[in-house]
Amino acid sequence: MTLVNSTSAADISLKNGTVMEVRNICKRFPGVVACNKISLDFLPGEVHAVVGENGAGKSTLMKIMSGAYTPDSGEMILQGEHVSFSHPQEAQLKGVSIIYQEFNLLPERTVAQNIFLGREPGKFGTLDVAELNKNAIAVLKEVEADQLISPTALCSSLSVAEQQIVEIAKAISFDSKVLIMDEPTASLTLTEVKILTDLIMKLKARGMSIIFISHRLIEVFDIAEKISVLKDGELVGTVITKDTTPQEIVQMMVGRELDHYFPPLGIPEDFGEVVLRIKDGGNNFLKDINFELRKGEVLCVAGLQGSGRTELAQALFGVVPFKTGTLEVSGKIRTIKSPPDAIRLKMGFVTEDRKAEGLLPMQPIRDNILLTVRTLEPLLDFIFKDGIRNSRKLVPTLANQVDLNADTFDREAQFLSGGNQQKVVLSKWLSSKANIFIFDEPTRGIDVEAKAGIHDMIRRLTKEGIAVLMISSELPEVLGMSDRILIMRDGRIAGELPAKSTEQEIMLIATGHSKDQDANNLAAVGKE
Amino acid sequence: MTASTISAQGSSTKFLRKLWSWIRRIPPVYPMFLLIFITLGFLNPKGYQTMNGIMTYFRPASPLAVLAIGQMFVLAIGGFDLSIGAIVTFCVLASSKFLANDPANALPNILLLIGMGVLIGLINGLVVSFLKVPSFITTLGMMMVVRGAALYYVGGAPKGYLTDNFRMFGRNYIQDVPFFTRIPYSLIILIILTIIAYIIFHRTNYGRQILAVGDNMLAAGLSGVKKKLVRVMTFIICSVFAVLGGIMVAGYGGVNVTIGEGMEMQAIAACVIGGVLLGGGKGNVINVVFGAFTLQAIVNLLNQLGLPKPYTDAVQGLIIIGVVAYSALSTMKKR
Amino acid sequence: MTTHPASDSWFKRTTQRVNIPPVFYFLIVVFIFSGVLDQLFADGQIFTNPLIMLNIIVRSVALGIVAVGQTMVLIGASIDLSVAYTISITAVMSSYLMQGRNENVPTAILGVFGIGIAIGLANGLIITKLRVNPFIATLGTSLIIKGIINATFSNYTGSVPQTFEFFGYGMIGPIPVSIIILLLVVTIGWFILARTKFGAHLYGVGGNSEVARLSGVRTDRVVIAAHIFCSLTAVLSGIFLVSLMRSGAPWVGPNGFYDLNSIAVAVIGGTALSGGKGSVWGTLAGVLIFGVLSTAFNQLGVNPYLKLVFQGLIIVLAVASYTIRSKKEAA
Repeated sequence: MTLVNSTSAADISLKNGTVMEVRNICKRFPGVVACNKISLDFLPGEVHAVVGENGAGKSTLMKIMSGAYTPDSGEMILQGEHVSFSHPQEAQLKGVSIIYQEFNLLPERTVAQNIFLGREPGKFGTLDVAELNKNAIAVLKEVEADQLISPTALCSSLSVAEQQIVEIAKAISFDSKVLIMDEPTASLTLTEVKILTDLIMKLKARGMSIIFISHRLIEVFDIAEKISVLKDGELVGTVITKDTTPQEIVQMMVGRELDHYFPPLGIPEDFGEVVLRIKDGGNNFLKDINFELRKGEVLCVAGLQGSGRTELAQALFGVVPFKTGTLEVSGKIRTIKSPPDAIRLKMGFVTEDRKAEGLLPMQPIRDNILLTVRTLEPLLDFIFKDGIRNSRKLVPTLANQVDLNADTFDREAQFLSGGNQQKVVLSKWLSSKANIFIFDEPTRGIDVEAKAGIHDMIRRLTKEGIAVLMISSELPEVLGMSDRILIMRDGRIAGELPAKSTEQEIMLIATGHSKDQDANNLAAVGKE
Repeated sequence: MTASTISAQGSSTKFLRKLWSWIRRIPPVYPMFLLIFITLGFLNPKGYQTMNGIMTYFRPASPLAVLAIGQMFVLAIGGFDLSIGAIVTFCVLASSKFLANDPANALPNILLLIGMGVLIGLINGLVVSFLKVPSFITTLGMMMVVRGAALYYVGGAPKGYLTDNFRMFGRNYIQDVPFFTRIPYSLIILIILTIIAYIIFHRTNYGRQILAVGDNMLAAGLSGVKKKLVRVMTFIICSVFAVLGGIMVAGYGGVNVTIGEGMEMQAIAACVIGGVLLGGGKGNVINVVFGAFTLQAIVNLLNQLGLPKPYTDAVQGLIIIGVVAYSALSTMKKR
Repeated sequence: MTTHPASDSWFKRTTQRVNIPPVFYFLIVVFIFSGVLDQLFADGQIFTNPLIMLNIIVRSVALGIVAVGQTMVLIGASIDLSVAYTISITAVMSSYLMQGRNENVPTAILGVFGIGIAIGLANGLIITKLRVNPFIATLGTSLIIKGIINATFSNYTGSVPQTFEFFGYGMIGPIPVSIIILLLVVTIGWFILARTKFGAHLYGVGGNSEVARLSGVRTDRVVIAAHIFCSLTAVLSGIFLVSLMRSGAPWVGPNGFYDLNSIAVAVIGGTALSGGKGSVWGTLAGVLIFGVLSTAFNQLGVNPYLKLVFQGLIIVLAVASYTIRSKKEAA
């Protein structure tokens, strides 16, 4: 391709053999600079990870590269040519595809229909079904999934990993040169991660340039050859994976050392009596659930995707209740069949998706915080019952406890920042005086700095005698926060480990590679 | 409202700024109502500038407002109640037969109607909560059931006339009132119901929980709201208010098979003018009452301007579309 | 390849694998049930008299035609509540324009189809450009149409020339023309949905409009086109009805509850209210269910007002049979 009148940047790009380059990309949103003069090179046949805290600019950059946003300034060069995209479809047609964390698939349509939506084969407006399916098979063959996935299968019948493969097939069908993936391993099991990794290697071999965003450094180090770190909208640096360590990467992301990450663990002498005890708990998904939780301790529940951790939290909180077994709260036998039951027993549940499951966007902060208090009181009671005290004094006190800064508590919750919204949710549970908190992935999708804040807050809670059950998929977090570790597998508790165990020990039990015998012994010891 | 930053500006500018931002927050329904009412006053001084005339205006406006308040409860929880028009029809038609021209039947009639309202609301609420049928379909089906039942009960045509004591609520006035000259009973009933509704919706835990469910059902449930109970109670309130409104309509309207038709749409229109969002999560009793007043004023204005009655349906349709479009487009601009 | 979770019942898994929507089972059940009732309490004609059978289907034609249009709109995650009054205005306008004279027929037909396009276009534009909720938008336009009808007509108007009655009463061989038209409309509807790009795009827009948009589908145009198609089917229903009744009356549409019934039969037939899913054959089955029930009620001599009550109950229960299984809460 001869480019007689191109600018020097494009020429240089050709010379370097890069497939895509971004130069001095700037993007601003009201009140925040998302990208500040970011320049990066991407080579064909290379796997390049982009990491950074939330708000570092990774998503924005990827959206610019894939045509979802237009940059305020800067240039993009694709295969030696200047490009600018006004619509994601333009980017796709030119060879840049992006796969988001929430897949863009239509569950009620077939695989073939999904892959070719908007590009269906056929003459004069009609649809050639045979051709459609044929083309789909061809594309699936390229990702070596033609035996695994049928083009006429409904996407709703596929597993998460299979759906991801369909998304990748879709990208291939555009003859993509650059494939961007946002948190590709977030919802995959270990085996599925392996399949994905193999697929990425095959795509790499075909010359595709693969860029992915991830918070999971383990995978980044496993799969990527290069790592670029963004911080506060700027590029901190690009390093070759084998020349660096996770600690160094975190240092670049945060400017802080890894071992100041977690607050100190609890001291066993400080743990109080047993507040929660479940014996032989079970329902459609869970079996033989036995454990205890003490006042002031942090009990982490680890395990692979699908092992039943969220189901355990949901069972304890009454969302999908236990069907068998006995539950004791503070020594008394109780049944929890619905969230109000659990809340009355002074339990709180900070769910995984804070926004969708914890917040009332159109209501003022005040009403969000006081919601649980109000559900505990009789329905027809006045909201200012117990004096105007409740609203006027309680809300600011709670807000203080969680460092919530708001100029007025009448502002609708949807206008707060993400971090503040999460604080609102936390203070809601504090307002109901919960003394058993269940956290489900409390720091998922949160940047490193705020993570530390949350960990500190959790420890502060335990110092006040609150018992914490914490579900987490991040092994460093599990090891850093737990006074005891429960590991789940296949809906059961596969084992229990004390604090200061190793990641290997956890993974062994989680994947079932150790004898359950040993795990049970450990658990028995742990109980007494 | 953000606290004013420390500045060298004079306190008068600060005051003006505060005043302006307070003005900007006045719900649009009030200026709209004033504008239309004043226009009516110009066009028809006897009808709208005299107390006598104004009180006459309130007679049909009040039942509409009562219906609107009930509908607001259901809209706030994120649903629709399309059966209230048929409930009004039932109130009018069934009473024409049940009363049997005997004033002594009035009280039992009223109690039965209210009981029926409770039952209808209960069924609506249970079907939506337990059978998970969207309220739109549920209440449309209920509308067919109630209308069919009403027509079946009277055999297709109204049976008698309504006794005076039954019609009193919608038709009569308290006479010889100082300053106001006369006050329609329906306005007094409206005021009482407004106060009750205001207290329930804005000042009880229940009211706040309605908004929670309408805003984010999932979060509300996880925070301990008993969604099914709240929902059933809400539909019951709506149907009972519809019955009360229907009794008032029976007072001044004629008795015919089509009475009450379309009133559910009018109630929704009144709520929309009053700032209620159609997905739930927002509502205000007083604004909705004035929304109903505004709607009634618009209808009266169109009559005043000589527009034939059937066109008022058309205009209502335009109003609903217009107000919803306006609020939809302006929410989009905010994002 | 994972198919269905083991936690689903055997029944659910089998029916899903064989891929017949539940509505067809309902149809069979309803048919047998009505037949039994008929045998026991009436003259038992449903099974024995072919004319009755035919009657069932003819009754279904008007609802069936408009239900095809409604299915299309529902698949696009929209809804059309203006069909009842569209049918009314078609009936009245066509009859008025024809004035019983053959030479007026083409003008009348063009006229009402023009009205249909205008209504569909208005609905589509209000929903896509003004961003108004489809319930409200189409309820609003229905009110506007209602106002226009009531202001201009109050009773039967005009009349239909004899030749035109072919539509409603004619036969081709042993089969009524009306049934042929119905099947034609259903087939066209099927073809559009399953064999055209527009159909594929419509499913996309209804399933997830953002995904469709990102794939380059012009979502606004697709929705507007679906609404125009729906209004045109309403016009066709109106023409059919006026040909049956020989003159157009303003109350034809709302009296038949064509709005609610067309939605109900579509949902019973497997079309999701939330969009992205549905088929016209399922809707046809739903229409037949209503037809069988209606005929059965007539055979059994049920009071027409009670019939309305039952209709309301059946609609809600039928929709409930689908929704009760879903995990999603309703508002």
